[in-house]
Amino acid sequence: MFGEKALDLIRELHRSRDGTLGPYNEDVVRQILEEMQILYEANQEDVAQVVQNDSDQSSLTAIQVRHDSLQRNKRCLLAYLYNRLMKIRDMRWEFGSVLPPDIRRNMSEREVQWFSNYNRSLSSYMRSIGPRGLDLTQDLKPPQNVFIEVRCVEDRGEIELDDGSRILLKKNSMHFLPRSQCERLIRQGILKQVA
Amino acid sequence: MDDLLNVSGVSNDDSDEEHLTAAQVLEKLEQAWMNERLSPNLMECKSQIVEIMLEQIEEMEANIQRAQKGDLKISLHRLELDRIRYVVSSYLRCRLEKIEKFAPILLEREKSKSDDEPSKLSPEEFAFAKELVGNVDNHFKSSALKHMPRNLQNIALHEITSRPNLDHYVFLRVHQREEGVIVDPETDDHAEDRVDLEVGAQHLMRYQPIEQLVENGAVSLI
Repeated sequence: MFGEKALDLIRELHRSRDGTLGPYNEDVVRQILEEMQILYEANQEDVAQVVQNDSDQSSLTAIQVRHDSLQRNKRCLLAYLYNRLMKIRDMRWEFGSVLPPDIRRNMSEREVQWFSNYNRSLSSYMRSIGPRGLDLTQDLKPPQNVFIEVRCVEDRGEIELDDGSRILLKKNSMHFLPRSQCERLIRQGILKQVA
Repeated sequence: MDDLLNVSGVSNDDSDEEHLTAAQVLEKLEQAWMNERLSPNLMECKSQIVEIMLEQIEEMEANIQRAQKGDLKISLHRLELDRIRYVVSSYLRCRLEKIEKFAPILLEREKSKSDDEPSKLSPEEFAFAKELVGNVDNHFKSSALKHMPRNLQNIALHEITSRPNLDHYVFLRVHQREEGVIVDPETDDHAEDRVDLEVGAQHLMRYQPIEQLVENGAVSLI
């Protein structure tokens, strides 16, 4: 059945959980494009025949069906690509400008390209705000307290805070830190907020 | 030190063009933030307010740096600063989300609008939207479209992206009296569909008829 594979792609998107990115399905994408080529060629032939022989209208329905299948394939394919891009966009906000390697592996080469372009547009936009730029990926949650208590989940060595003091992030150590400093570390899973 | 106490309150420096106090700027910003978050469509950009606020933040941060360490007031000010910065970020983030969602449509509108109509995008946002649309378009072309049969290779992004739902219902509060607002311009009989908006009243209405009123501050979304 025409369009079946395109529907598979959409199903695949639908199945994957929010915030996860499945591997780019190069094979199915290629198969759909091949199917489109076949449909297109079949249509070309039939159209040529209809043009040649006006009285023969029998293939018109077939042409219409193929044409609709072509449109449907195109639409599904673009929807697949677009929704993946939006997921990748969300990853930029979640993980920052460098993606974890396991996500990167699931992206096509062109998606990697798109990501770095998006990255560039976003950072030049953020740099343009206000006198010194503003990182919009910070301050994602309304602040409750200046300081929060955090537990360190993995060894990270020494880091320097804004006020110049240094702290050692050791596994299972507890810290009392300014919220603005550890928001990113919490999202990266290095720190965990307690209470 | 006195100046520090003015973090959320009145500041005696009136460097901004509109002669607003810091508190008034913050109030305006919060208003714009609420409206932006509650409206289905992108509103005009309040870049000036954002600019002023960010300058204020900078100044206040400098004040805090100068203050003595360990002072209790410092942490209070810092919290206030964090809150203001959150509002600014959240406001711009909310706009950015809408811009990303509707970019092709917004760009199309910029192109077709007359010169005296105000632009909804700030120049920076415009540049961002343009790059984004170019990028998506490019990705579609190189990943799929160029491998498709010739007659299917074209797309117009602004025709296939979803549009903001202007029929969305919003709660609003009235600040300036407005008479005879037409609730449903599509029907023929206008007489029955007019409402007078009294100051202080709250309504639940379709967004589209009141879009302009939100924009000029006569009503605000709640």
